[in-house]
Amino acid sequence: MTRQMLMENVYLTYIPSEKFKTSFFSAQMAVPLRAETAGLNALMVNVLSRGTARCPDMAAIGRELDMLYGARLEPTVRKKGENQLFGFVASCVDDRFLPAGERLLEPVTDLLGDMYCRPAADGGRLREDYADSERENLADLIRSDLNDKRSYAARRLMEEMCAGEPYGVRRMGRAEDVERISLRALDEHYRTILPQGRLELFYCGSAARERVAGAFARAFEGLPRRGRLEPAATTRRPAPEQVRLTVEEMDVTQGKLCLGLRTDSADMAATMLMNAMFGGASTSKLFMNVREKLSLCYYAGSAYHRQKGIITVSSGIEFANYDRALAEIYAQLEALRDGDWEEWELQGARSSLCSGLRSMEDSAASLEDFVMGQAAAGGEETIPGLLEAVRQVTPERIRAAAGAVRPDTVYFLRGREGQAHEAL
Amino acid sequence: MRRFEYPRLGERVFRKKLDNGLEVVVVSKPSHAKRYAFFATRYGGMDLRFRLDGQWQDTPAGIAHYLEHKMFDTQEGNVLQELAKNGAHDNAFTSSAVTAYYVECTEKFYENLRILLSFVSVPYFTQESVDKEQGIIAQEIRMIEDDPDWRVYANLMECLYRDSPARIPVAGSVESIRRITPQTLYDCHKAFYTPSNMVLVCVGDIDPERTAALAEEVLPKEGGPAVPRDYGREEGQRPGAREVRMAMEVSMPMFLAGYKCRPPEGGEAMLRQSIIGDMACDVLFGDSSPLYTRLYEQGVINGSLGGNFDMLPGAAYVYVGGDAKEPERVFAELNAQARRLGEEGVDEALYQQIRRSAYGGMLRSLNSFENIAVSMTEGYFRGFDYYRFPEVFESVGKADVEAFLRENITPDYAAISRIDPLA
Repeated sequence: MTRQMLMENVYLTYIPSEKFKTSFFSAQMAVPLRAETAGLNALMVNVLSRGTARCPDMAAIGRELDMLYGARLEPTVRKKGENQLFGFVASCVDDRFLPAGERLLEPVTDLLGDMYCRPAADGGRLREDYADSERENLADLIRSDLNDKRSYAARRLMEEMCAGEPYGVRRMGRAEDVERISLRALDEHYRTILPQGRLELFYCGSAARERVAGAFARAFEGLPRRGRLEPAATTRRPAPEQVRLTVEEMDVTQGKLCLGLRTDSADMAATMLMNAMFGGASTSKLFMNVREKLSLCYYAGSAYHRQKGIITVSSGIEFANYDRALAEIYAQLEALRDGDWEEWELQGARSSLCSGLRSMEDSAASLEDFVMGQAAAGGEETIPGLLEAVRQVTPERIRAAAGAVRPDTVYFLRGREGQAHEAL
Repeated sequence: MRRFEYPRLGERVFRKKLDNGLEVVVVSKPSHAKRYAFFATRYGGMDLRFRLDGQWQDTPAGIAHYLEHKMFDTQEGNVLQELAKNGAHDNAFTSSAVTAYYVECTEKFYENLRILLSFVSVPYFTQESVDKEQGIIAQEIRMIEDDPDWRVYANLMECLYRDSPARIPVAGSVESIRRITPQTLYDCHKAFYTPSNMVLVCVGDIDPERTAALAEEVLPKEGGPAVPRDYGREEGQRPGAREVRMAMEVSMPMFLAGYKCRPPEGGEAMLRQSIIGDMACDVLFGDSSPLYTRLYEQGVINGSLGGNFDMLPGAAYVYVGGDAKEPERVFAELNAQARRLGEEGVDEALYQQIRRSAYGGMLRSLNSFENIAVSMTEGYFRGFDYYRFPEVFESVGKADVEAFLRENITPDYAAISRIDPLA
């Protein structure tokens, strides 16, 4: 793997691989996540994806992608630490498997470059009809997270817990803000952010580095470069004295209980392992005890947001089990603090974590996500480095990592008044 | 073991049928760290009525899925723990026709494989453990019942089919699973978890001979009799009902339209039919199709519109749906476009474009070990070699796709399921 500067504030990460049937490409801008611009950036990539000067509408883009043996190109918007990463990922059948020896690398990088630098325009501006339809679609999409109650609850927890912090800003912004974006504001934003934003390019496939760098350099030749908007460092906050609680009611049959915790530990490897033992793996205490042994919930797991120093617990429970489930979740954390675990729990968590890290190298999309996360956060982590760090964590460090965790916010989604009794 | 080379795909496969009837398939991936074992039985949510020891048996809806959950219990305890100690991820799923158990790991592969083969082949149920599972599965059922994507699909299947068990959800209902006892579970295990009704597919940097030898050592020496199943009487292409509606906590209306298709044939014809069906879907409503791009540009649909062709035992259907403000309008447009394509034919340039894209899509799916294992398993149970898809693909022409649209995608064979936001 290599990373090189291709142009001013434009970097290319290149991973040679013959493992996959496809080559994987990405072009992402990494900028600080802010409430005022989150929706603008999300809307912008969706509008840009609608057409380029050369392929001005969906039918033309669809034809181009189909003719490239079903190449894929899609807009993406991600949250990485307190940065927003937006742009396009693309993939196509690797040149080795094409029936007539065609070369797809150059047409795909050209299309990526066109998306950024040469959008379909009308009177020198982004097209109004595209802005109108994508604005409506994006607002609908943001609202539709209500449909999946599990991710809805996780998102609501994050909003409540990190209110006032960039981390509490939704990945694609708020629907009501998106609806207020005018074409003029969008177009101005495009012209401001394009020259300033850090651009991270990525390739994983069988082509030689020189060919890849040459193809990207040509495709992005017209990218304006002036000013400099650097990704932000992620901030940390302590948990409040008193745990905060938010309860919402909806017409649902199963309750969702989410818990947000904060840690001030700088021992990232130990916290990763502690979280795997807590709720991050199938040997975890939440899974084995709260779900399997006590049958208090259908699912229970935890995630460690390592850039931000947050751990979130997510579970599905019967409404009436709220108090018991919450008490048991706390009890599992307590057990880790006290070093109350069996050898196999640690061993299992450690091998699961290492196996997960090693398997990332078997997926181009996982590699891209890791690389882009590092690029956005300015991190120096590597997969082998993380593996080594996790291998060296001692039980004492795990206890200390669990001891550094404090509850911050509880979010509970339950059925409407009266419905709870039916579900008992 | 027999070795098969697929130069067009860059794939190498080893196969052997053991004396007990188990098919062992090893797909070689020498440069990957991940190793994957997939152990499947031809037994799924639709296999509710079957003949065992000369008697026809009717079993409660959801039993295959229930059995899948219970297989993780062993006399020594829960098998998850043993695998997890080795850092292995394991899971299982039950579909309409298949129950599969799989393990994914980067180390101690053969040890993990041994555990997988043992726990799936040795049943151990007690009244107490079966009772406890009722609560867990009831919760799982309640959770999916809150999921509008699942609801809209389950409601559609109930509309499309009158007699076929395709209309019954794989997990059953909170009521039906109450009728499951340790004895019914033992009976179903005995009937369907026999080596001759199963396949083992391993993907990764794996020694084929060692894998086959291990399966021979761990699994029963005898295969087991073939078990006849009853999927209800042939019910034709007309749906049982035309429309179903429900209100739920959703942000905008959601719909799924279904078109009942001719039931699939077996063998390689089935692979061919699935390629034709998928291409017909791409031509009719795929992302680059004229209908999709027009409706998207008019704001009638958004990026959520999608669907596919699906084949079940004795049943096949096309489904298409998504979020839309006016589901009826999308449905009418789909019907009109299918009629046009059937009557006027598919544009040659569009066909060539879709054809390339479909081929690329099949190649792409081989990046996923799980996709490989599922496709190999389906192929084996249904009598075709999935890796022959490049050859089969070449035998498909534009007329096949047009005939598929004409014969299947008409309002006569259609039903629509809607979910509306709560008032």
